[in-house]
Amino acid sequence: MSLSKQQIDALMRLISRTKDSEIDCEQCLAAVAEFAEQQLAGKSIAEGLQAVEHHLSICDECREEYEALRRTLDKMDDEKAG
Amino acid sequence: MSRTNDRWLVGLGGDGAQRESALRDLRQALLRNLCKALSKRTADDALLEDAVQDALMRVLGRLDQFQGRSQFLTWATSIAIRVALDELRKRRWKDVSLDAMMTGADFVPQHAIDLESAPEVQAQRRAILDAMQRVIKLHLTDKQRIALLAELKGMPQDEIARQLGSNRNAVYKLTHDARKKLKKGLESAGYGADDVVALTAN
Repeated sequence: MSLSKQQIDALMRLISRTKDSEIDCEQCLAAVAEFAEQQLAGKSIAEGLQAVEHHLSICDECREEYEALRRTLDKMDDEKAG
Repeated sequence: MSRTNDRWLVGLGGDGAQRESALRDLRQALLRNLCKALSKRTADDALLEDAVQDALMRVLGRLDQFQGRSQFLTWATSIAIRVALDELRKRRWKDVSLDAMMTGADFVPQHAIDLESAPEVQAQRRAILDAMQRVIKLHLTDKQRIALLAELKGMPQDEIARQLGSNRNAVYKLTHDARKKLKKGLESAGYGADDVVALTAN
């Protein structure tokens, strides 16, 4: 089963974003709540959370989980406002 | 009633009625939040309730890791979402074998070159693909190759980990190490990150 052209392109994008030091999925989970709250508040990304942003650009599963968390926070925010 | 972070920690770390009350509140809040998070993904109430129960155990097991940098409930919800999505992924991929996925695998086929692009673009892309192929063949371990290919094919890291008898963090490390080797190999061949990005647009 070969990789498609799109999958090759995805690999090339991943390679271009690769850093020598990256946080793993557990480290991302430990900080993603803080990251999501700061994003919701429209704050710029604090230095300590830049590694979370980078991990989310690489890891599909963590990004899917982050997006689900953001949906939850957005809905809670809407409920408070309503 | 909403609780402060301190009230959550005191309640969950306490005993008797105080702990029962905090557990009941957390269970209800997590279920409510999971419904918000995953309403478009699943209507399986039993799955969500099982995920909340599992998440409660994980939250209680790592209370000392909560650093108070977010709302406690946001932190606990992030854990519950991971548990629930992990289960959904597991169900979706349960019949897909990593071995079958690897059969006849060709990482960098020639059809990845767009023959309608300019000749110099084709030549540069071919050179990058050749360099990638070399690194994959000569420098990646079998496990790195398997993890990277399966991930690019869309298999979740949790599922790759289950089939390799490993865990998600270890799979992330395998693919990270593979990406680092590929990046270094491309740099050695004269292609930096900008060159690689430019060629993905062609």
